[in-house]
Amino acid sequence: MEKTYYDPADLKKFGDVADFQPELAKKFFDYYGDVFKDGALTSREKSLIALAVAHAVQCPYCIDAYTSDSLEKGATEQQMMEAVHVTTAIRGGASLVHGVQMMNKVKKLSM
Amino acid sequence: MIKTLKSRNHTLASGQEQLKFLSNGIFGDDKLPTFRKKIEALDEFPLKPASIEIFQVNVGYMCNQVCKHCHVDAGPDRKEVMSRETMEVCLDIMSKTQIHTLDLTGGAPEMNPDFRWFVEEANKAGVQEIIVRSNLTIILANPKYRDLPKFFKKNKVRVVSSLPFYQPDKTDRQRGEGVFAKSIEALQMLNAAGYGKEGSGLYLDLVYNPGGAFLPGNQLELERDFKKELKNHYDIEFNSLFTITNLPISRFLDFLVRTENYEEYMEKLVGSFNPAAVKGVMCRNTISVDYDGHMYDCDFNQMLGLKVDQKAGQHICDFDLEKLENRHIAISQHCYGCTAGAGSSCQGTVA
Repeated sequence: MEKTYYDPADLKKFGDVADFQPELAKKFFDYYGDVFKDGALTSREKSLIALAVAHAVQCPYCIDAYTSDSLEKGATEQQMMEAVHVTTAIRGGASLVHGVQMMNKVKKLSM
Repeated sequence: MIKTLKSRNHTLASGQEQLKFLSNGIFGDDKLPTFRKKIEALDEFPLKPASIEIFQVNVGYMCNQVCKHCHVDAGPDRKEVMSRETMEVCLDIMSKTQIHTLDLTGGAPEMNPDFRWFVEEANKAGVQEIIVRSNLTIILANPKYRDLPKFFKKNKVRVVSSLPFYQPDKTDRQRGEGVFAKSIEALQMLNAAGYGKEGSGLYLDLVYNPGGAFLPGNQLELERDFKKELKNHYDIEFNSLFTITNLPISRFLDFLVRTENYEEYMEKLVGSFNPAAVKGVMCRNTISVDYDGHMYDCDFNQMLGLKVDQKAGQHICDFDLEKLENRHIAISQHCYGCTAGAGSSCQGTVA
């Protein structure tokens, strides 16, 4: 076994997941490819969303891949950092909004 | 300003050393297939030209800028310069053949003392299209260059200029402090002369290349962004945007090695190999000429010292169109740069 959970070289082996289950992998990768095509959103907008989500799910492979992809799509460094701040705002907000639940409980319990 | 590899006596200033580097390591131990193996599998080896349409003449390696990625290793200290006699031979070849485009490059081609003479004579000789690859800042570098937009206009030169991004930071990091602001001013001067304006017949194209170890994005999308941003912020117009992939030679190769990006970048180029791009590579319709009159399959091969096939005649004094059109094109691993993704050439994507 590897001594670390993550190896950058594994990113290139992503397609190998088909070795154990080809049909589902094919469905997934076809879908994946279609998702990132230009649509109502441009491929650059999608890349920036992917970059933001990569930070939310804290996937080092995805951060690596969508940093390069965002640069290739012509995103600015400012846009990329703003995408990460969107992640941070939603993650932080998701915790903080539960403060309302806490307040509700406090109010219920308190005289 | 950074220094040229040549002035630093850097190992990678030598074409031979670069070729050695590109053939060893990951390509020497078969971790990655060589370019030759890759095109052999497509039955495209030896790579052969179609008809020669473009004469790309490098009139000298001197430049007022020292860009981090420059494949020429150009800079103010470079003294290689094409003589008027060599230019005369080029003109003679163009008048006797069907080659329709004279593509002038450098260094900063405008710094060659005979640059204007060359352009005027090419016009007199009836050359169909004259391109100058201008770095833009040269127009503001010295009062003697200020009238270049007028000179270009008078001689109906097509101007192709590098601008790696529509914002200052990325541009200046690649091309030098203050380059973006000067480039914008030069573009505005070209626009004022009519360049890039619809219906003027004066063409101004921009060249985008990535600001690091990644591939260029979609050419049309980037063109759309550049047009919108340059128009909105600086009232600048231009015709087309050409995306060019950074080839792993000279200063860009040095960057890749220094920053430990080399292997990953080569893996990316090889992984993005596009067989359709092989059909359109520029070495199939271009002959590159150096300041001394030697011929190469492209400007990159020129910098690596890879002259055209010996049997085809290697100097413009021995120019033989038939032999050149039947030559075998010299290749190495840097060629992966022209076949990755949508392909890359001095005219942008090829596939």
